[in-house]
Amino acid sequence: MPTSKENMYGDHISHQFNDDLSSLKNDFLKMGGLVEQQTTDAVNALIDGDGHAADEIRARDKVVDRMEMDLDEEATRLIARRQPAARDLRFVISVIKMVADLERVGDEAKKIAKFALTLAEEGQAPRGYVEVRHIANHVTAMLHDALDAFSRLDAEQALRIMKEDKRVDEEYQAAARTLLTFMMEDTRNISRCMAVMWVLRALERVGDHACNIAENVIYMVEGEDVRHTPVEEAEKVVGR
Amino acid sequence: MNTMNTTVTKEAAMPDETPVPVQEERPAETIIQEGATVGTPFADDPKFKLRNVEVFYGQDRAIKNISLDIARNEVIAFIGPSGCGKSTFLRCLNRMNDSIDICRVKGDLHLDDENIYDPKRDVVELRARVGMVFQKPNPFPKSIYDNVAYGPRIHGLANRKSDLDDIVENSLRKAGLWEEAKDRLDATATGMSGGQQQRLCIARAIAVSPEVILMDEPCSALDPIATAKVEELIAEMSESYTIVIVTHSMQQAARVSHRTAYFHLGHLVEVNETNKVFTAPEHELTESYITGRFG
Repeated sequence: MPTSKENMYGDHISHQFNDDLSSLKNDFLKMGGLVEQQTTDAVNALIDGDGHAADEIRARDKVVDRMEMDLDEEATRLIARRQPAARDLRFVISVIKMVADLERVGDEAKKIAKFALTLAEEGQAPRGYVEVRHIANHVTAMLHDALDAFSRLDAEQALRIMKEDKRVDEEYQAAARTLLTFMMEDTRNISRCMAVMWVLRALERVGDHACNIAENVIYMVEGEDVRHTPVEEAEKVVGR
Repeated sequence: MNTMNTTVTKEAAMPDETPVPVQEERPAETIIQEGATVGTPFADDPKFKLRNVEVFYGQDRAIKNISLDIARNEVIAFIGPSGCGKSTFLRCLNRMNDSIDICRVKGDLHLDDENIYDPKRDVVELRARVGMVFQKPNPFPKSIYDNVAYGPRIHGLANRKSDLDDIVENSLRKAGLWEEAKDRLDATATGMSGGQQQRLCIARAIAVSPEVILMDEPCSALDPIATAKVEELIAEMSESYTIVIVTHSMQQAARVSHRTAYFHLGHLVEVNETNKVFTAPEHELTESYITGRFG
């Protein structure tokens, strides 16, 4: 049965149970917001050549890690104490999985910050930043929309994110080819272009994680596992 | 209704929580369609074939047009709020309701294609085939041995003492009670612990070689360890018997049954694979009940 949105977290006979579920949701969204910010900041630090900002981002990853552990513990405690079933169970299980995705996004942001620092120290703007900006905008929007879909239990929006993933892959391939031509033009570009290539790779992974979150939202709402299934199949699940 | 307060920090940059339109409370009666059970209520070659069953207590209709198949060697759990009719329905399966004067049963109830409510039917024979275990352990005030031997004796299942001894030992073994009871078979059964008494009642039910065992909240008077032993026993017994269990513990239904049937106000709302019922039930009332929401 598709989950009705009115009482995803509320309406339990036990009010404490309502509160536990709501606080798990809110803590997850806080972590999502932080990770989203980390990704945007890392890309900005790279493009602005801001080594100081890059340092801050790397330090802040510890907060992300801490949040991951706290959320896992919160979810474990909820299972142990409340034995959730049906939509509550799907919600808690999905959160546990999505937390892992968020933490990995945090790691990708840290990775981008590391390259931002290296490239800033080397000075001079290397090429490929247009592509970085473009893909970064795309994947951060996906991540934002995935968290939004989670927040609003919007399976249709989650489905749209799943479809976006293919476009990100194509954009990544195209950007990689462009960078390859820069490297062939002048071998002195290679090390810097490789760094940019790693950044693009990290961003492409952020898109994948956003997509995983979207798949979990569909599971949470519709009760069907749409991982490793063609988008057309997921469409049928959501369109029911 | 929903009162979740979304305190997301600004950095979270989440969009505004658009207020969800508050849905009017719909009474359960308007959600349930009589006789329309969702899920998979029917089976091929069932042990019990039950069609359009209705039970009345005087003028009150306690069971409303229920159709269900119970498959061979399956464990099916009946769950639902108090007064939903699950025990009443269970008691139709071996005509335990006959003892209640004002109770009338309508519909087609078949066990292996034989009409359970055939007026010519021998009810004692029926109950030997369809045994029952009750909520409170109810051993006879006799010895452990005599409790188990009682059924085989009255049904004439053993001609010699040694045959009877074998039946008693086998039944106690199947009920997981042999090791604890073998040295005190002559001791009175009422001196055993609650969990032991309940397993003795199961041994007593098994002793007459039934095909089906009905269990009406068999663990509600037992502690968790005794409960675990009975549940273990249910799993083992499902190889040889068809088991129908009424339980108030949803976790127990989830642990022991293959299929779960959800009853509400005398209706059979949903029957599905237990895995499905507890992860993604089809009917919103089932969902409300098993997640602990107002049904």
